[in-house]
Amino acid sequence: MSALRILDPTDERVPIRRELTPRPEHITGTVGLLDISKPRGNVLIDRLEELFHERLPNVEVRRYSKPTFTKPAPEDLRRKIAEECGFVIEALAD
Amino acid sequence: MATETALRTFTLSDAEGEAWSFPTGRPSLLCFVKEDCPTCDLSMPLIEAVHRAFGTAVDVWAVGQDTAGNAVLVERHGLTVPMLDDDALAVSYAYDLDTVPSVFLADGEGRVLRSFIGFGREDWRAMVTELGALTSIEAPAIAWEAYPESRPGCGSRSVEPGIAERLAAEAEGSPLRARRIDIGSDDDVHEFLDDQGLTDGLPVVPPTPERVLRMLGVTRRDAQEIVAVVPPNMAPVTVEKVAINAVMAGCKPEYLPVVLTAVEAMCSDEFNIHGVSATTMGATPLMFVNGPIRDRIGMNSKLGALGAGNRANASIGRAIRLVLRNVGGGRPGGTERSTLGNPGKFTLSFAEWEERAPWDPYHVEHGFQPEDSVVTLFAAVGGPTLVVDQTSRTARQIGGSIGMVMEATGHPRAHGAQEVVLVLCPEHLDTLQTAGWTKDELRARIQEVTARPLRELLADEESGAGVPRERFGPDGPTEEQLDRLIPKFADPASIHIVVAGSDAGKFSAVFQGWASGPRGSQVVSRKIEEA
Repeated sequence: MSALRILDPTDERVPIRRELTPRPEHITGTVGLLDISKPRGNVLIDRLEELFHERLPNVEVRRYSKPTFTKPAPEDLRRKIAEECGFVIEALAD
Repeated sequence: MATETALRTFTLSDAEGEAWSFPTGRPSLLCFVKEDCPTCDLSMPLIEAVHRAFGTAVDVWAVGQDTAGNAVLVERHGLTVPMLDDDALAVSYAYDLDTVPSVFLADGEGRVLRSFIGFGREDWRAMVTELGALTSIEAPAIAWEAYPESRPGCGSRSVEPGIAERLAAEAEGSPLRARRIDIGSDDDVHEFLDDQGLTDGLPVVPPTPERVLRMLGVTRRDAQEIVAVVPPNMAPVTVEKVAINAVMAGCKPEYLPVVLTAVEAMCSDEFNIHGVSATTMGATPLMFVNGPIRDRIGMNSKLGALGAGNRANASIGRAIRLVLRNVGGGRPGGTERSTLGNPGKFTLSFAEWEERAPWDPYHVEHGFQPEDSVVTLFAAVGGPTLVVDQTSRTARQIGGSIGMVMEATGHPRAHGAQEVVLVLCPEHLDTLQTAGWTKDELRARIQEVTARPLRELLADEESGAGVPRERFGPDGPTEEQLDRLIPKFADPASIHIVVAGSDAGKFSAVFQGWASGPRGSQVVSRKIEEA
């Protein structure tokens, strides 16, 4: 016998589990570098870009940035990166 | 009196677990009773006599309203009449009973032929006569003179306080759609709720259907109406789900309109609760309420307005946080990444003492009517930081002190970056009023006293925080640029002024904002439509 009945305060949704895309052995094609627009995020991204040019000269690097770090990346930006890049590195800062 | 009204069908069990379904295809006499009702006790021998006399042709049933009491009645009166168990009161509720005994004679299809409530000697006599006519069975000999002429009945258990709401909650057509969770009798409800991650770390009021239904009773809005989409999981939240979380937070039903409007404001694009919640900076919604609803629901704008001790202030602020956590999925360690957290993440809400000030209250200053009730949300990361000034005697001095304290918000060198809420205490207000100052005059004084030349705001060896020299090119800023005065706030309107607190004490307070404007969080005021 139940002692107490309550109502579920959550949204009652079961999240979909998504598998990570398999990681390839080698980096080829285009790599996107996404700056989330926090102060000094560019320092890390600049250095990464340098390293890519040095070590993987055949890989194209493209730069992107979020309009503000306080909000999720806009849908358009996410689609653009997905269309143009095989890889993306998103860099935080602080 | 024969009518065409058909009684609701039902199936109930007796004490042995045998199921009895109505209607039966034969005439039926349904007698709703409860044990602790003297009028039911008086009626039981008649119900038994009628069963013994007409039972071969009529289904005479007693329907008892609690399991233990039913057994007592059977024992006390040596009953052979079937005693059906309506301990759950679902049938009593469906029959809309106010009183027991309630007696219904129905035909084989369940249509009412005759009914009465309480005890009436003539009602029973007429009933017996009708049963005789219906069945062609001779009426039993009953010593009618031994019975009183009439006795009023007792209240049906289905209308007892607390039970009525439960029955409404469980009945068909209930506005509740949320998943029901049954907590076992071996579980402690508070431990269960905490184990499920449904609290903010403090105990919550268990959101029973009865409580949620009472909460929903104050709004005309449909329980399933979507109020907002709650980040970070972008989960639609219904009026019902807000009510559930409001119950958990400790709200009274009359607070719900404020909570609903605050949830809408919190989930607006402008407020950006996703960022407010996710930031490592530890931001949380600071809420203040203007307009007539403040007094109607007993919000505190005076002594101790910022806490603790007032239920409305405390629970309304807590309710929106629980909506964010439970519906939106914003939990510390998940998308909520605050470095230190913030005690305001439990609750942070109060009301403005509008009548104390000679100037327009906050909502009127922002375009609402005085009679509007309005909730305002501000993304706060710090505060209340006190402006301790017990000695200034002029408006200029008080304005100076307030500005000097504001100078330190965030970082003394951070100018033009933030907004603040100033909670102005009555004694400081009075000093400002010695010169008849308006809010804009106070803002201007704050800007004046906080204005610093750029040279004092540059990052340097003393502190790496400040304006980077490189921003001005390889040669750095010019002398002219270095001398330029920069006030603390990019726009005086970034200083939001609200009056609150007790008449005694020269302590105003400053709340520091998070990243402001379209790139962060904007202050959002919404009218409470149902206020």
